[in-house]
Amino acid sequence: MLRKMMLLLLLGFALSHPVRAALTIEITGGTAGAQPIAIVPFGWDGQDALSTDVAEVVAADLHRSGAFAPLPKADLLSQPHEGPQINFADWRVLGAPNIVVGKIRPSGNGYMVQFQLFDVFKGTQITGYSIASTAQDLRRTAHQISDLIYEVLTGKPGAFATRIAYVTEVVTNRKSRYSLNVADADGYNPIPILHSPAPLMSPSWSPDGKRLAYVSFERRRSEIYIHDLATRKRDLVASSQGINSAPAWSPDGQRLALVLSKDGNPEIYVLNIKNNSLQRITNSPSIDTEPGWTPDGARLVFTSDRGGKPQIYQVSIPANGVVSKPQRLTFEGDYNAHGVVSPDGRSLVMVHGQGNRFRIAVQDLSDNDLRILTDTRLDESPSFAPNGAIIVYATEVNNRGVLAMVSLDGAVRQRLTQTEGDAREPAWGPRIHRIKP
Amino acid sequence: MKSYLKLLMVLVPVAILAGCSSPKVAQKPAPIEDRTASAATPSTASTPATSGVEVLAAPDKGNFAGEELVDPLKDATGLLAKKTIYFEYDSSEIREEGRAIVEAHAANLIKNPKLTVTLEGHADERGSREYNLALGENRAKAVQQLMQLKGVPAKQMDVVSFGEERPVDMGHDDTAWAKNRRVELIFK
Repeated sequence: MLRKMMLLLLLGFALSHPVRAALTIEITGGTAGAQPIAIVPFGWDGQDALSTDVAEVVAADLHRSGAFAPLPKADLLSQPHEGPQINFADWRVLGAPNIVVGKIRPSGNGYMVQFQLFDVFKGTQITGYSIASTAQDLRRTAHQISDLIYEVLTGKPGAFATRIAYVTEVVTNRKSRYSLNVADADGYNPIPILHSPAPLMSPSWSPDGKRLAYVSFERRRSEIYIHDLATRKRDLVASSQGINSAPAWSPDGQRLALVLSKDGNPEIYVLNIKNNSLQRITNSPSIDTEPGWTPDGARLVFTSDRGGKPQIYQVSIPANGVVSKPQRLTFEGDYNAHGVVSPDGRSLVMVHGQGNRFRIAVQDLSDNDLRILTDTRLDESPSFAPNGAIIVYATEVNNRGVLAMVSLDGAVRQRLTQTEGDAREPAWGPRIHRIKP
Repeated sequence: MKSYLKLLMVLVPVAILAGCSSPKVAQKPAPIEDRTASAATPSTASTPATSGVEVLAAPDKGNFAGEELVDPLKDATGLLAKKTIYFEYDSSEIREEGRAIVEAHAANLIKNPKLTVTLEGHADERGSREYNLALGENRAKAVQQLMQLKGVPAKQMDVVSFGEERPVDMGHDDTAWAKNRRVELIFK
């Protein structure tokens, strides 16, 4: 049912001309184990300046993944735009095993973007594509190229043509305005999809990337909405007595795990979105919250203080069976919460607290080895990129809430700084419009 | 207060007399009935009550004999003016100071059955937002439970949590955090 909001403002997705990012990236970490790669600025046949420097976007994407170290532009000996123009003997001197060249030409109302990836030592082409694009889509095309290069060189899917959802709060004259926004994973093209005078929390993407579930306090208490991004329609899906929060979409898109306190204290439930049936998962006098799915949809991790302080537990929910007894997963540190399982099911990222310090940590689920990934002190809300290689999270820098990213090996870090207010609660969306290699 | 006493002085003797007569009333319930009968007699006649019965002016919002009563919830000098209870980190236990405030408000709520309160629970920013939402609710429920223990009917109370989402102090240190760990009593 569509709910009318007094202060609801929904903006369109179409942008007629390039917009400078309201979230700017600042890469702060090193790339010790990253593989050098030469990415040469693309050629351009047309008259007007292009809206996007495609090679630069590709270089930034690959660098952000932690797996690659693009050579500085100053080190590039020459600027070939296609295979025959490359003198491989010269390039071998630089030590980069791979080189990316490309060119763009006008085509109809848009462009034709061609790129090729070569093995420098063998002098042979690894892959190459010609992609139709437009001024508006050029940045997304660059991200798709990054995904293709990343996948063919690492064997793993890329996560560059993806989006993040996040909440911002801007305070003016002591009044707060909260917004739910969607931006490209590198912080560009931020688009607000909801404005509210009341707090918003915990956005969660549907697996098809078409909807967001989130918590809104617009009616003076916590309630869960599902918001269709294309139609802009919202459904109120949880509004029981007490808390309605922490929505987590199941990998098959059929269910929403969530937290309700209607039965006395916060417990985990699973809601079948189609038929509205509710399955209770936990039953204890403690706080049970923050459910997260394993990639097979058969288990939930969640935060519980049944042992005294918050720690992360796991429970099996077989389709037609009985929910298993929760099993504790975290044993290090006095506070572990907001557990998220990686897309390959092998790691658990979390907010890890020691005293007053809260950092992002990742635990290997096979040997329980825990690694702390950040060195700030008020970190929260980690979320995995769909390829599991990067984690986005929220933190405080100079008294401002900002979003940051760290590669899974902890090597590369970035900070995304927005122009105004605080940013928080990031959720990394699924890959969309993927070109299969 | 004086006016109350005046009223009591008229009513209490009647009550005592009425009360006194009944236990001994193995034999005589009569005095009560007599009393009522004699009081009622003048009114059965069409003439207004006279002969020693003093009809008091109807109370107007609690104002008697020109003395103004202050709304106890707005009286800055009273305990009822305090509408925030504070908590220790990661705790929903009501400490001594908070207990006094809760008890004062409980008494006031019992006295005013039409008065309703929303107990708004909050937490400081440390740790995860969702856990803090639950912690805020625990705190509000702790206040609710204490009030219920003191006799406040459940229907006069409402519980809501804002977790860490509505801090009163946007700072990131112990002072700010202490101010944000609270339950606020909101009266409509």
